[in-house]
Amino acid sequence: MQTTILYIGRDTEITVVMNRLLNAKPEWKGICVCSDAEAISILENQEVDLILLGNGIDSDAEEILKKNILSIQPKVKIIQHYGGGSGLLYGEIMTALG
Amino acid sequence: MSQFILHKENTRGHANHGWLNAHHSFSFANYYNPDRMHFGVLRVLNDDLIDGGMGFGAHPHDNMEIITIPLAGAIAHKDSMGNSAVINAGEIQVMSAGTGVSHSEFNALEDVQLNLLQIWLFPNKKNVTPRYDQKALNVDARHNNFQQILSPNAEDDNVWIHQDAWFSLGKFDEGFETAYKIKKAGNGVYAFVISGEVTIDGQTLSKRDAIGIWDTESISFKAISADAEVLLMDIPMELN
Repeated sequence: MQTTILYIGRDTEITVVMNRLLNAKPEWKGICVCSDAEAISILENQEVDLILLGNGIDSDAEEILKKNILSIQPKVKIIQHYGGGSGLLYGEIMTALG
Repeated sequence: MSQFILHKENTRGHANHGWLNAHHSFSFANYYNPDRMHFGVLRVLNDDLIDGGMGFGAHPHDNMEIITIPLAGAIAHKDSMGNSAVINAGEIQVMSAGTGVSHSEFNALEDVQLNLLQIWLFPNKKNVTPRYDQKALNVDARHNNFQQILSPNAEDDNVWIHQDAWFSLGKFDEGFETAYKIKKAGNGVYAFVISGEVTIDGQTLSKRDAIGIWDTESISFKAISADAEVLLMDIPMELN
């Protein structure tokens, strides 16, 4: 069974890299978006296991986004993704998924 | 009462990709150890050996303070901010990834293996404007002395970053003893032995061993071999 992971960032280049990295692992299904509206639309239509908040989301926007995410999928795990690439990704996801 | 954790050289993660022989002090890439995720804000300490002319193509980073210290050889760096530089052994490079930056890193030499330490710290402020700096260090100033090479203060010598962190390098004669006073309350020290053998707070450490110490104001140090070289990272223990 695949783990569905939604990455939300602001930088297109990083988003493309994240999409490649997440979907390189057969056990993960990665969906990567640069806008909060796209993210909300995805959450309204499918179950997500983990959300990675990426670069460029300011703290006010992050608070609103988290609130909106949890109003749609209250059990979804939300973590900060630091680093922008492969170095930390596996460890972060493994830790978050327990 | 002070607390400590020992990270012996042979407990580090290891990945040999042929052109890249990497040792990871903390979980990185495919090395995952839930007990080795970070020490305070120190998230990555990679000890990389890179063959001549080889390296990492353009790849992005965000919201990390990235410090690179070449121990042998030279790195050719290019980034999306327009920086193109060579960093030689004896120099230090910092990059605040902030809102996002892309860079490449290669061994600048064809016939000499590059050995570098790459260190990533969580920043104390997210989404800063990306910045780059590099400095040549006065190598003589670290003889029997912890020479400060990095701090949070732009006006200090050498380089600065977006974190309440102070890095020092020292190279010591056999038998030399000193103490290091932690710069900020709440900080701990992660000491990494680059070469030689030392004791830190009574613990014996050899080449590439490390010790993390916290809940203390200072640490004691003694070189027990000639040319003992140590990197001290004085860093916040709490994630921001």
